[in-house]
Amino acid sequence: MPGVTERRSRVHTIRAMPAIETRDLQRVFSGGITAVAGVDLKIADREIYAFLGPNGAGKTTTVRMLTTLLRPTGGSATVAGFDVVSEAGEVRNAIGVALQEAALDPLMTGRELIRLQATLHGIRRAEGQRRAERLLARVGLENAADRRVGTYSGGMRRRLDLASALVHTPQILFLDEPTTGLDPVSRKAIWEEVEKLNREGTTVFLTTQYLEEADNLADQVGIIDDGRIVAEGTPAALKEEVGRPHLEVVLADGTMDRAEEILGRFGRPLPAKDGAALVELKEGAAGVAPVVRALDDAGLVVESLDLVQPSLDDVFVAKTGYHLEGSETPDVEENELESPA
Amino acid sequence: MTNLRVIGALGRRSINQTFRRPQLIAPILIFPTLLLAIQVGGAGRAVDLPQFPEVNGFLDFMIAGAMIQAALLAGNSGGIALALDIEMGFTDRLLAAPISRFAIVLGRLVGTAALGAATAVWFIAIALIFGAKIEGGVTGALLIILLVTLSAIAFGAIGAAIALRSGSASVVQGLFPLVFVILFLSTAFFPDNLLLEPAASIAEWNPLSFIVEGIRDLVISTFLGPSFAEGVAALALVSILGLLMSAAAMRGRLKRG
Repeated sequence: MPGVTERRSRVHTIRAMPAIETRDLQRVFSGGITAVAGVDLKIADREIYAFLGPNGAGKTTTVRMLTTLLRPTGGSATVAGFDVVSEAGEVRNAIGVALQEAALDPLMTGRELIRLQATLHGIRRAEGQRRAERLLARVGLENAADRRVGTYSGGMRRRLDLASALVHTPQILFLDEPTTGLDPVSRKAIWEEVEKLNREGTTVFLTTQYLEEADNLADQVGIIDDGRIVAEGTPAALKEEVGRPHLEVVLADGTMDRAEEILGRFGRPLPAKDGAALVELKEGAAGVAPVVRALDDAGLVVESLDLVQPSLDDVFVAKTGYHLEGSETPDVEENELESPA
Repeated sequence: MTNLRVIGALGRRSINQTFRRPQLIAPILIFPTLLLAIQVGGAGRAVDLPQFPEVNGFLDFMIAGAMIQAALLAGNSGGIALALDIEMGFTDRLLAAPISRFAIVLGRLVGTAALGAATAVWFIAIALIFGAKIEGGVTGALLIILLVTLSAIAFGAIGAAIALRSGSASVVQGLFPLVFVILFLSTAFFPDNLLLEPAASIAEWNPLSFIVEGIRDLVISTFLGPSFAEGVAALALVSILGLLMSAAAMRGRLKRG
């Protein structure tokens, strides 16, 4: 059986890029529920690609198809140059997978889990042990290696999940919502590790609900809504496409009707958000002063007024007509702070 | 070779999991032991009934039933553990790895087999401590361990099939009472000639009766009679049925995703 390194080099040598390619990929579940309605992707080797979308948009279903856990009902997909249906075994050799909610056995220790993962990938016992030590150290879990996973915090579980996905040095890494529910420190630690892996040559496909995550990490972002990709490009290009900055106005009395009426004269109104009236200014930053004067002339007391540069949320709104729920303030598990290992 | 290593590794995990989760192992040993104690203590004079088989004591008669009850519960417990793996997504981790799909089921059955062997040893020890005699001697005891182990695998395969089909630990756990119904409609605890209709007819064709009688034969008889052969045949039938069911259930699960 060829070693992992040998396999990887064979993949690089024989198979042409891109790392992931889908054509009209579809999945319809029994009962006629369409989860993925024709997704086209072309993800280059050594790229970080973020699949951004709300719950139920089709992100996880797409990942499950690309990782051979779910058969497409239409279209085709190749991963590392291999077809996900007819060459599923080869795909599994080439990928590492960390699924949503870190599917770990709470009764196993961290070390046992990584060693088991090594065995699943045909790595010999001694080599598996060496890799387990190295990966546990890499994700900062060497002191917790012999503790049961059930005693780990959420952040530690995600790091262990990531380490176990790396045991066979995969060419492509799939991360399904790797930081959902984590505190900012743990999220940052995962981001740093993902960036490091990418620098070392790993292609990363991650799904996320967090705009900040996609913005910070990704070379390319695909926005998925209702099973379809509605926008794709680099974060900068997507934001540029949306164009002008927008103004967020909160009135002291909390009402919005009057503010929206006045703001509408200065640009395209956007859906209200968190009690603020929003407008995309026709004249960019130069349009702020006239808005302030107009609000003042109308006798409205402004509590806050912010000029906001375009973000991926604006891109999301522009493409879908609504905000990405929870995008700015990710839920953080209680007691999520790292316990000492 | 790789698949054997994978099955071995998953089997080790399964054994560790059972011993680390007391709620999985406790019912397998405690329920049959308690039932055995109650039945032997309370109904020991049943051996005086006319038509009761020739045995040294009531414990000698009952021990085979207790072992099969434990094997059934071990199979059910293995099914619950597999369903829990599905529920928590651990099975997806295994399915995303380049291993044979059926190795996942076989790995689980290795753990169930180990549990079956352990329960056989436990009940042989109880039998010997409390004065029963294994007429088949050491060879008989080893054959009993083998039959109980294979029984646990057969019942475990059925448990795995239900787990893969339902994906729900509570569904598999819900079959727990059924174990007792199947058991009491066999000759596990009563001789067939003392059962009333329709239980007698059901017990006559219940594969469990053949398996129990095969094991009982090794306890109460010094030679391997037709009961042993029939027990092995019934066990083979249940095993094949269980493995086919679990293979089909795995295929169905992969198709559904």
